[in-house]
Amino acid sequence: MLGVDVRNASLAWQGHSVFSELNFHLPAGEWTCLLGQSGVGKSSLLRLLAGLTEQMQVRAEIVASDGKSLDGRVAWMAQQDLLLPWLGVLDNVLLGPRLRRSRVTPAQREQARYLLSQVGLAGLDARYPAALSGGQRQRVALARMLMEDRPLVLMDEPFSALDAVTRLKLQDLAAHLLADRTVLLITHDPLEALRLGHQVLVLQGSPARLTAPLRPQDAPPRAVDQPQVLELQGRLLRQLMELST
Amino acid sequence: MNSLRSLGIAAGLCGLWQLLVWLTDAPHFILPGPLRVLAALYGNIGLILQHAGVTLAEILLGLLLGVLLGLGSALTLIWFRRLRPWMLPILVISQSIPVFALAPVLMLWLGYGMASKVAMATLIIYFPVTAACYDGLRHTPAAWLELARTLGADKRTQLLHIRLPSALPALGSGLRVAASVAPIGAVVGEWVGSSTGLGYLMLHANARMQVDLMFAALLVLSLMAVSLYFLIDWLLRRLMPWQSETLFDDAREA
Repeated sequence: MLGVDVRNASLAWQGHSVFSELNFHLPAGEWTCLLGQSGVGKSSLLRLLAGLTEQMQVRAEIVASDGKSLDGRVAWMAQQDLLLPWLGVLDNVLLGPRLRRSRVTPAQREQARYLLSQVGLAGLDARYPAALSGGQRQRVALARMLMEDRPLVLMDEPFSALDAVTRLKLQDLAAHLLADRTVLLITHDPLEALRLGHQVLVLQGSPARLTAPLRPQDAPPRAVDQPQVLELQGRLLRQLMELST
Repeated sequence: MNSLRSLGIAAGLCGLWQLLVWLTDAPHFILPGPLRVLAALYGNIGLILQHAGVTLAEILLGLLLGVLLGLGSALTLIWFRRLRPWMLPILVISQSIPVFALAPVLMLWLGYGMASKVAMATLIIYFPVTAACYDGLRHTPAAWLELARTLGADKRTQLLHIRLPSALPALGSGLRVAASVAPIGAVVGEWVGSSTGLGYLMLHANARMQVDLMFAALLVLSLMAVSLYFLIDWLLRRLMPWQSETLFDDAREA
């Protein structure tokens, strides 16, 4: 398993600093949830780790626990499902292998079918994304990410466009399927962070700073109505409200 | 249902046409009635088809060349980013030259045969096809390309697997425009100077007051253009099943 240290992260936007000298650690095999309002630079941090920083002034020193580069070891899941409308469900799950090599092996096809059954979409292989509901589409995106089998998983508000019940179900599913990976999940929903995170960080203020990691006692996913979750949710919401103007 | 409606519209228009002939009492060499035109079509069917074949060949060749050139130019613009500031102004300026004004020169350079008409049709569809393809290729959602990058796709794969398919609907509308404009190019070419083709036949018939033959040729020309449009539309739907699916959904909701 892979742990990642991010040191001295800084981001400038239109000449002024959004944050600088941020340090945090993604513990190996654990979920880290990064909470913060829009525009605070959460997504930029995530894109930095994903290697998608062409037009951004975000910098940091990234150190993996095995000392190697993160290239090719990161899976990325965005807020939109990013399914390609001209490919069926199965081919969307197989997008990675399709893009890297022209031919997809039968074993990969079998694996993709297995993953689709894992996310509860067995038998929908040939459907086009347009024929799926929002929740189903995000499940396909989840299967596509699992197909990559990368040690570090970055998720950028992946459930924020879903309705409440679908969101809870997908959170449980993701927590179950990504249990042994190192995950960085970005969200603006304190409940989501508290249900899924081994540790919860809050990024806020101007320039933005990170709060000390919050570590609820038991292992995720936690129930929505657990007293500890509810109490911490109240505290986090109050904290977020006080610091926003 | 749809074809019934089209037939109804056609019959209604023919009725209006006949009414106009009766009301104005125009001589048949000025405005022949629809039946007279049909008779001229029937009487000269061999002649008309012979000329129609030439025009059809010009249209299809022009369409093929124009689409290939347009797609090629769009791909070049996408692939070689540095060429854009040089090529885009040239493309736009070239559009300010009316293609019709070039027809006599094309005749001079390429002769009275088919080549000048094909060139005419090619030129007239080149810009709309290039613009549609370029726009389609340029407006690939950035997030799709980023996803492809995190999945390890190189620039070529991104073009082939993401940019091109996502531009297909735009390429399709470029192709539809091309299909409806190419016949104009071919016929204008024939008007300026030729010895075959429907344009030539129409000009010739007009000069000899055979207005009924002129209309018959015009009818065949527009039938050809409409069939070409619908053939291409049908092909594009077959090529993009995911698109037609959503189209049907829209129709159902509306």
